[in-house]
Amino acid sequence: MNTTLRLAIVLTLITALAGLILSVVESVTRAPIAEQRRLETVRALKAVLPDLDNAPDADTVVLPVGTDKKGRPVERTFYRGRKGGRLTGIAFKVIAPEGYSGNIEIMVGVTPERLVSGIAILSHAETPGLGAKIIEPQFRDQFKGKGLDNADWRVKKDGGQFDQITGATISPRAVVKAVRQGLEFLRDHESQVVADREVKQ
Amino acid sequence: MNLGKEFLKGLWQENPVFKLVLGMCPTLAVTTSAENGLGMGLATTFVLVCANITIALLRKLIPGGVRIPAFIVVIASFVTVVQMLMEAYAYDLFKALGIFIPLIVVNCLILGRAEAFASKNGIFASLIDGLGMGLGFALSLTVIGAVRELFGSGAVFGMPLLSLFPAYKPVILMILPPGAFITLGFLLAGINRLEARTGASGENKGGHCC
Repeated sequence: MNTTLRLAIVLTLITALAGLILSVVESVTRAPIAEQRRLETVRALKAVLPDLDNAPDADTVVLPVGTDKKGRPVERTFYRGRKGGRLTGIAFKVIAPEGYSGNIEIMVGVTPERLVSGIAILSHAETPGLGAKIIEPQFRDQFKGKGLDNADWRVKKDGGQFDQITGATISPRAVVKAVRQGLEFLRDHESQVVADREVKQ
Repeated sequence: MNLGKEFLKGLWQENPVFKLVLGMCPTLAVTTSAENGLGMGLATTFVLVCANITIALLRKLIPGGVRIPAFIVVIASFVTVVQMLMEAYAYDLFKALGIFIPLIVVNCLILGRAEAFASKNGIFASLIDGLGMGLGFALSLTVIGAVRELFGSGAVFGMPLLSLFPAYKPVILMILPPGAFITLGFLLAGINRLEARTGASGENKGGHCC
């Protein structure tokens, strides 16, 4: 048999077999992976919302927040935490595009009084040991109890009241700005977010 | 063939990082802390052992002319399978190692061992070779990570050491990319000096890939 043809057939068989194995593994792991990602959202919601007994990922409002660079609509999901049916907090995800390397994804929890109840960093690619310290409680906890009216939403270096991290100002600055913009969006659309307050349970 | 020797060669005589100088991309990129170095090293070890076994199994079926693309397909498939299984069933581990896993595909250490060892040896010997080489790689990355973390963050494996002294100021350079080159350079120089002094002129073998 022609050697070239033989090589092509063997390599085709190997790649086809690899593709088959990959598709089998993908179909087996698809559901567990989706479940793991949902659980991670739930964990983040529980960490930033004060007090709840409902499933906030099932009690959501989706609002358009604008368009991205390519003109596609961008939506933001608001998760509502309740206790005994009463609204106890709202959580939403913001993306800080001005980090040192790549987007920083943040989950922000807000009380009905519009004060931050907690933030969680969902994903980031900041420098380990420097900007990556935004994930530590020392940095995150200073957001607690702050709202648009009772805090200056800038890092201390820029004249505000949020501590930056030694050697890394860019990452904290990006986080503070993104959380502030999230709070402003919530303030401007609050009626839509808390609408149907008494329905569902 | 002495299996013990095959295992130990990866740890010192043919250490992939310090002797063969293979797999420099992950070595330099992820060793910002001892924990990261160890995690990357162990994930690489797992893929290396699996890939070595598979290639040793298939070595008589793969014709020489297409062996490199065939090896790459095997390695890339393994890495993808490992990534999907980890995300589905070991999510915490996946969160810790997730960003390193795709990097393993481009680690020429794995292709290098497939080409230099597994394609010429039996399954068990290839397993031992992969284990030794992988653990040697993990050890080297942990050492580099520990040195960088010690000077850059004042800790090792997250345990504060230097930062206990009030006079200590973090050497931020050490956890930035240049710190990787500086650390690797000093460690290589130190090891070469040690070898020259003890007269153990280890003849480097197998370092012909990337």
